[in-house]
Amino acid sequence: MSAAAAVWGPRDPSALPRAALTVLIIALLWPGFRLAEFDLAVLFDPRNRDTVGKFIGTFFPLATSADFLQLLLKSTLETLAIATAGMVIAMLVGCPLALFVTRSLSISRIGPGRGYILGRVLRLPARFALMLFRSIPEIVWALLFVRAVGLGPAAGLLAIGVAYGGMLGKVYSEILESGDVRPTTALLETGSGRFVAFFYGMWPAALPELVSYTVYRWECAVRASVIMGFVGAGGLGQQMELSMRMLNGGEVSTILLIFLLLVVLADTLSALLRKLTA
Amino acid sequence: MSLRLDGVGLVYSNGYRAVNGVSISIGAGERVAIIGPSGAGKSTLLRLIATAQRPATGAIEVLGAAPWILGRGALRKLRSRIGMVHQAPPIPPRQRVVTAVLAGRVGQWPMWKGLASLAYPVDVAGAQSVLARMEITDKLFERCDRLSGGQLQRVGVARVLYQQPDLMLADEPVSAVDPALSDRVISELNREAVARRITLVASLHAVDLALHWFPRIIGLRAGEVEFDLPPVRVTDAMLRELYASEATVPTQGDQPLAVEAAGIRRKPMCS
Repeated sequence: MSAAAAVWGPRDPSALPRAALTVLIIALLWPGFRLAEFDLAVLFDPRNRDTVGKFIGTFFPLATSADFLQLLLKSTLETLAIATAGMVIAMLVGCPLALFVTRSLSISRIGPGRGYILGRVLRLPARFALMLFRSIPEIVWALLFVRAVGLGPAAGLLAIGVAYGGMLGKVYSEILESGDVRPTTALLETGSGRFVAFFYGMWPAALPELVSYTVYRWECAVRASVIMGFVGAGGLGQQMELSMRMLNGGEVSTILLIFLLLVVLADTLSALLRKLTA
Repeated sequence: MSLRLDGVGLVYSNGYRAVNGVSISIGAGERVAIIGPSGAGKSTLLRLIATAQRPATGAIEVLGAAPWILGRGALRKLRSRIGMVHQAPPIPPRQRVVTAVLAGRVGQWPMWKGLASLAYPVDVAGAQSVLARMEITDKLFERCDRLSGGQLQRVGVARVLYQQPDLMLADEPVSAVDPALSDRVISELNREAVARRITLVASLHAVDLALHWFPRIIGLRAGEVEFDLPPVRVTDAMLRELYASEATVPTQGDQPLAVEAAGIRRKPMCS
């Protein structure tokens, strides 16, 4: 034993917990794969391969008629508008809630005067609202809003606003929590309010991360607005649904190509904004 | 009376007793240095004085008010009158120097003014004049993460000078800077305190700085006050006793003393 100790030095006390955690994770993942009926061999079954090949074959050639492209342009703009305006609403929902639930911005953390309990009590429903907003998928929100405001882009926009507002609020507050809290604490200790403490203490350091997450969410919103188009909430999705229903593979693949371009656009935008805010 | 602590104690949640039964009172305009080995409770004591930490036991009175029975608004107002120089300036990277300095007064400003200042700095001249005192006027619009450690520390001091607090605290403000700058920072803090007749309480790692600049020295060990004397009455034996847990009596730049503790300049009592 002493010989081993001489060679290896003292035993790393965190080795065992780490190994245990790894085993636990694998043990938890395995039934998940089983449940999802994951089986790679199915992919290489000749009959299935044939079916997949035929399906992909219908996607070519791409549809490039002028009429269709013009229609697509309008739908693309609509999708971008849904995603962008939806994100604006999401930020209007998420930012105040994020500032409200972020614990490092709480004055009562450094020792309250009297009357701090109110803030603590109000923070609970705010957290709950964030959870509610994001726990319901945007497609369900869309179905709900389609009934409220009728078919069309407005429903998609509201659905993104609510569902993504919940996500933004949650992630914003996590970004703010994970940063260095000393600047904010120091400001709160010299009597500043939480709103001002946020802008002077956290904003400068957290901005690049906030921006890049927001752009990523915008990208997700573009894709989500497509799905919601399937339930009648406008944009490229609605177009895609029509093309699919008419079994027009060429049109579908043209639309998919546009999605790819939109993702590339989002990526470029994100990189650009990151550089600007670095 | 600017500051009164009566049997103040604090035990951290991990059971560590940081400050134990400290009773001191400090008059308006007094300048006090707190010295002691690391872990003696210097920072905790300053945080208690800054109303950033609530004492577990004992009573505390700051600027004529008992902070922990005040309402939220009154406590914020009291805090805005207390300025603290930190060992590492609590300034976020990417913030500009001018904003970092003006942040000293956001506790006193109404919210709209604080926000407006982000759009366009509301008091460029004011920021410039305190930066001039720290000799870094040329960095006015520079970003803080492009400054050296010493420059950043000077921005931190400039922020507190700009705040114009009624009680100025400093928690090891010069532990991370070179001796020449240390002297500069401590002298500027003292000058401000004398000029505006405000109270200055600083914890210092370097004993020679404390003895040279401050007319009152509080020796803290294991969370308790060992002595509370003017520097001429702090004997070498007391210092050796205070720092018994450390190899030497710490000085500027952590260099071993070239001269014995007896050789440290002490301020005459009458100053």
